[in-house]
Amino acid sequence: MVLSAAELNIGDSRTLELFDDLKRTQIVMYAGASGDYNPLHSDEVFTTQVAGYRSVFAHGMLTMGATGRVLTDWIGDEQLTDYGVRFVGQVWPGDTLTATATVAALREEDGQHYVDLTVSTVNQEGAPVVTGTATARIDP
Amino acid sequence: MSAERFPVEASHIMMFARAIGDPNPAYDPNSAESLAGGDVIAPPTFAMAGAQFDPENTLVPRAGEPWFGSGREPGFLRSSSGGMLHAEQHFQYHRPLRAGMVLTGSQREGEGWEKQSRSGKTLQFTESFTDYRDAETGELVVTARMVGVYTGGA
Repeated sequence: MVLSAAELNIGDSRTLELFDDLKRTQIVMYAGASGDYNPLHSDEVFTTQVAGYRSVFAHGMLTMGATGRVLTDWIGDEQLTDYGVRFVGQVWPGDTLTATATVAALREEDGQHYVDLTVSTVNQEGAPVVTGTATARIDP
Repeated sequence: MSAERFPVEASHIMMFARAIGDPNPAYDPNSAESLAGGDVIAPPTFAMAGAQFDPENTLVPRAGEPWFGSGREPGFLRSSSGGMLHAEQHFQYHRPLRAGMVLTGSQREGEGWEKQSRSGKTLQFTESFTDYRDAETGELVVTARMVGVYTGGA
């Protein structure tokens, strides 16, 4: 399924809850799958007693990966041409994360139609944790 | 991230998709779609998992080498990775990434710059790119651009 430009308007948006009460186990799963076993993400003893944080925290890439779902659920699989984010806030166990994607522009280049999106994920306090942009191919 | 050989496997994609909380059946080799013959496809950030195949990845515990996390003792700070935080990550997608492909990953350094933090600390930013190519054809599949910031802290 590919979205078409005709069914999109600037300002259209989709919101998706990614995690409700993020568990440490979820962060451990990300460490295991990604190959980033930095103990800051899984080892409460090291992180609090040695590194001086209040608890372990999620990999930025866990949040970016989860945020990708609000894009692919909407625009379909394998349509993205670009996806980039800034990590602007730490994600802690217990956080609830909600992602929103919004149409910023619709354009055509060499006969191919594209949608430019802004994307942002916020925690339960409404504070952004990642903000970014994405571009996807769409049908006319 | 550099890897001479990053085999993209369906079970690895499934585990990665679970880890990011994405139930998309296209990421599951046992979904009805996949069993009907559809390729298992990679989620947009899956290229990062190439770190599993990077022999220089210092964030994987290895047999016979000291690990800085806790065991009997609480662990220790390591100068090589201490204080570096992930500031930005960008991907450019050139070709679909699917189970069964084998990639190479090669890293090249980008720019470096400094910025003052609100508290007046000097933050050092470094940029690096990883080109993921199809090992068979040499075609570019994904370009990853990473920005790290050294904060001086842990």
